[in-house]
Amino acid sequence: MEHVTAAHVIVGGNAEGELVKSTSPISFWGGVDPLSGLIIDRRHDRCGDSIVGSIFAFPEEIGSSTASAVLVELVRNGHAPAAIITCKVPTVLALGTIIADELYHSSVPIFSVDQASFDSLVDGSRLRISEKGEIEAVGDQG
Amino acid sequence: MLSGESGEADRFAMSVITRMAKAVGASRLISIEQAHLDACALMSDSSLEFIQHIVENGGRVRVPTTLNMVSLDLDAWRTLGVPEDFGNKATRIAEAYKRLGAVPTWTCAPYQVFSSPRFGQQIAWGESNAVAYANSVLGARTNRYGDYMDVCAAITGRVPYYGLHCEAERAATYLVKVEGVNPGAWSHTASWATLGHLLGQEIGSGIPAVEGLPRAVVSDQLKALLAAAASSGGIALCHLVGITPEAPSAKAALHGKRPERTIRVGPEELRASWEDLSSASEGDRVDAVILGCPHSSYHEFETMIQFVDAMGGASVSSHVQLLVISNAPMVALARRNGWIEKLQAFGAILVHDTCPFHSPIVARDARTIATDSGKCAYYAPGELGVQVAFGTTRECLLAAVRGQVVREEIQWSM
Repeated sequence: MEHVTAAHVIVGGNAEGELVKSTSPISFWGGVDPLSGLIIDRRHDRCGDSIVGSIFAFPEEIGSSTASAVLVELVRNGHAPAAIITCKVPTVLALGTIIADELYHSSVPIFSVDQASFDSLVDGSRLRISEKGEIEAVGDQG
Repeated sequence: MLSGESGEADRFAMSVITRMAKAVGASRLISIEQAHLDACALMSDSSLEFIQHIVENGGRVRVPTTLNMVSLDLDAWRTLGVPEDFGNKATRIAEAYKRLGAVPTWTCAPYQVFSSPRFGQQIAWGESNAVAYANSVLGARTNRYGDYMDVCAAITGRVPYYGLHCEAERAATYLVKVEGVNPGAWSHTASWATLGHLLGQEIGSGIPAVEGLPRAVVSDQLKALLAAAASSGGIALCHLVGITPEAPSAKAALHGKRPERTIRVGPEELRASWEDLSSASEGDRVDAVILGCPHSSYHEFETMIQFVDAMGGASVSSHVQLLVISNAPMVALARRNGWIEKLQAFGAILVHDTCPFHSPIVARDARTIATDSGKCAYYAPGELGVQVAFGTTRECLLAAVRGQVVREEIQWSM
């Protein structure tokens, strides 16, 4: 049986995607290109990678409070991640996804996990997350 | 409001507020009495669609509300070389925010021109430097409100009760002792920015109590310090012992508790912080000089004029763009003394309503800029792709005339 990790639901929703796991905090403003969904912060460990359609996991959000608007724009143009997992509650990104949901009826679910659960996430693996925050790995065959 | 009885704009805004309350774990909402919106400075399709959705559905602010910068100088953008489609979109965003019932202050320094919240007043402000000023200097209470929470708060007049709205969350957790610094060094606003840059880097988004600063301080110096601290870090509240209202003593600022960490700052640390802000070397060619980040005040115009007068007829080098950034009220006051005409005759380009990070006004091929702002020096390498000569206002004006980086050592040691 697959191992199931319980996450705290910050903004709910179902999601499935490939995990892009980062060890660096990130500011979406100045850190993610709002038009392409590529990580552009040159100091970030995943700089150059795409978060489009991924489950994007990083320790915490930092920096500008304009990050919410970047997430809204990513949702608008179809370049948002499928879900976000962090260790600390990312209030600015939570705001972004709530606004996107109200404005475009499309949102990015956000979950938080403890450090041990975060450490156990395997970069590149395919994950499915339920509305209740149950994270499980999905095999190649689905 | 949540039911939609008072219209879709109210429903939208209240839904965002209540959902955010749940996300941050706040158990109740409180009323706010004033708002400052940063969202008008954004340039994207969704930022225009957001505010159009709100105003077309009858959205109006319920509390006195001021506006941060827009993405262009609303009067002179064509002569500043801003592309037509960019200018038109930004103009539509600006118009929508006026329809909301907000005051078109178009400034990142609202606390110097228009709105002055009272001590203890609950407010909802966006723009990191303004948030830090309102909390620290005025003793009003606001979190750093992201886009578009600021708009939703202004429309509903409500915010979740958490963070810096709560008395207990306003205690300093770091004690910073400034020691052995030559009192004369503090006469330059750039020195205050240097300290602010250091605080942001050391403390991140914590709350410091700083002691050892001179007590006679002017608004522009506090503005410079807080803008830098809110750029290199996420500082939203900074207690300055003997200066700011919640810090009659370090003990009071710490709410009687022991600091998690004590940091000592002397001439060495300040010199290093200055170096950290400056990537250009003396003698490097300067392409642009940026003064007025945050927006220049009346007294900052006065300081520029004194230096310009002292240079006896010198003018800005032909290959340098000298940008002086402010807001319409300050420009109007400065004009009364003939300062604007004098600065223009000197070769300065006056810009209001916006800033170089939101509007494409710095020459695209600029490689090195000079600035007296810690905030500008922090963001310019990433946002404008330039190297920076951080210096005093006088050094910046000299650089504009000579077309190269000018450095005159600050005497930090006693």
